[in-house]
Amino acid sequence: MKIKFWGVRGSIPTPGPNTVKYGGNTTCIEIRTDDNDLIILDAGTGIHALAQSLLKEMPIQAHIFITHTHWDHIHGLPFFIPIFIPNNLIKIYGGIDPVTNETINRALSVQLQYSFFPIREAQLNARIEYATVKPGEPVKVGSATITPIVLSHPVLNFGYRIDCDGQSVFFTGDYEPQLNIYDPEDDEYAEFQSFVDAKWDEVVLAMKDVDALIVDSSYTNEEYASKQGWGHGTYDSGIKLATAAKAKKLFFTHHEPTRSDAGLEIIYQNLLQNNPTICCELLLAQEGVDISL
Amino acid sequence: MPNSKNEKLLVLVEKMPAFPKSVQQVVQLTSDINASAKDIIRVIECDPIMTVKILKAINSSFYGLPQKITSVQRAVVHIGLNTIKNLALGVAAMGMLNADNKANFNTSGFLLHSLTTAAISKLLAERIGLPSTECSDCFVAGLLHDFGKVVFAEFMPDAFKLALEKSREQQLPLHQTELEFIGLNHSQAGKMLAEKWELSAPLIDAIAYHHDIGHSQNVLRDCVFAANQISKHLQFGDGGNPVLEAFPDAVAARFGLHLPELCEALGDLGSVKTEAQSFINL
Repeated sequence: MKIKFWGVRGSIPTPGPNTVKYGGNTTCIEIRTDDNDLIILDAGTGIHALAQSLLKEMPIQAHIFITHTHWDHIHGLPFFIPIFIPNNLIKIYGGIDPVTNETINRALSVQLQYSFFPIREAQLNARIEYATVKPGEPVKVGSATITPIVLSHPVLNFGYRIDCDGQSVFFTGDYEPQLNIYDPEDDEYAEFQSFVDAKWDEVVLAMKDVDALIVDSSYTNEEYASKQGWGHGTYDSGIKLATAAKAKKLFFTHHEPTRSDAGLEIIYQNLLQNNPTICCELLLAQEGVDISL
Repeated sequence: MPNSKNEKLLVLVEKMPAFPKSVQQVVQLTSDINASAKDIIRVIECDPIMTVKILKAINSSFYGLPQKITSVQRAVVHIGLNTIKNLALGVAAMGMLNADNKANFNTSGFLLHSLTTAAISKLLAERIGLPSTECSDCFVAGLLHDFGKVVFAEFMPDAFKLALEKSREQQLPLHQTELEFIGLNHSQAGKMLAEKWELSAPLIDAIAYHHDIGHSQNVLRDCVFAANQISKHLQFGDGGNPVLEAFPDAVAARFGLHLPELCEALGDLGSVKTEAQSFINL
């Protein structure tokens, strides 16, 4: 299995001199099975550059798994050039939003409206298919098995585990591990904590022993103090997950939009210093780098 | 009752509004970016309609949960507060339950009965040493045990009015007169809806058989049965049923006491009523 990050930035694209090294595109991850089946996790702006790299392979079959429908994870979809080219098959997977009851179809159709985009959905030349995925129900793509799990975020968000050719990857999408909303003196505290602990165990089990764990680590602990409930994790919450799940490599992604390359590297050095005995390899997700597991 | 009528009821209930105070509170709290999670959850978990609709959404087969989500707090941990907030706002957008329904059903009295039954049911669960998660499930079961009645008041007011009147005038159990005038009692209606909404099996059982104790073994249902009688005995609110049911042997054995002794053993439950009342009068 091979992995390549095409977008590692959270919330909004951040091109410019301060993000040249790690990249300014929003979330998009390419995964290739040993048979070269193409799995794409999320369709942030990084998917545009990925599309350019695919032009030499036409026709293609692409399986795009959307973690959640916030803009930064879908706004590259209309610029995924293979959707305009005949004989391509583009299959888009996602959940049903419990609030709107809408399926993942809407992630594309809502963007291809007259006011927002010049091309209509009916004008797409590729074959576009949509599939609703359910937590805990594995989906097969070639030799890969993709299993979703619900992870807490301000909208329905799936983490995806991909098992393939004897290797495994887990991507959280955007994820803030749930904290106890009660104070220790509240009657509800202990009970709520038992729910939090049970969910934590479920999440750790879903990512158990993966070769690569890719986590939303938007914030430092200091930043997180004022951003609780925004739906994102910290570097330390990522390390806690990776340690509990015994992941072999931990990739930090969803870099905070104001974070410069230099800022990221300072944080990274501190993480290495503060976690000298950690068993997994710590890595910053970086656009354009090929990773073989 | 013919199936087509049941089907119609199932469709109508999708638009069922929640109680006025909770609708107002949800609108207010979700407009305040600094509103606390605790306050929002408190409002939702004290309204049977909001609670049942959130459990319905989260337990839908689209989420294929290995274990059913049985409380609002669990739902928050599972999927995140914002989704729960927006589900509640969706319920609020359906309007408010009309206090002046054609059935002359006292919805405030009903809510007080439901909330006190919920709280007492939880107290009983704690008293017999159930784990804390089951105690909170008992609260939910108590809150939801009678929701078939508000469905009748909202969508079958004429027949429900006759059932309420006959029950009151002749001191007959309401579930008996409902059968006579509606062809379905509130437990059966509740069961039908709870099954359709894919709630947990013990919760469905507690709603379905809270007047029919011999049916099965279910500690949740026994807590609700006992709490229901205690709430009625203490005249906390009014669920429209004037008839107090004695504890069957299985329930008395469960708690080691019959109704009057259990009431006494629980001590002064005035604070349960005051707390429920304070929520209703927020």
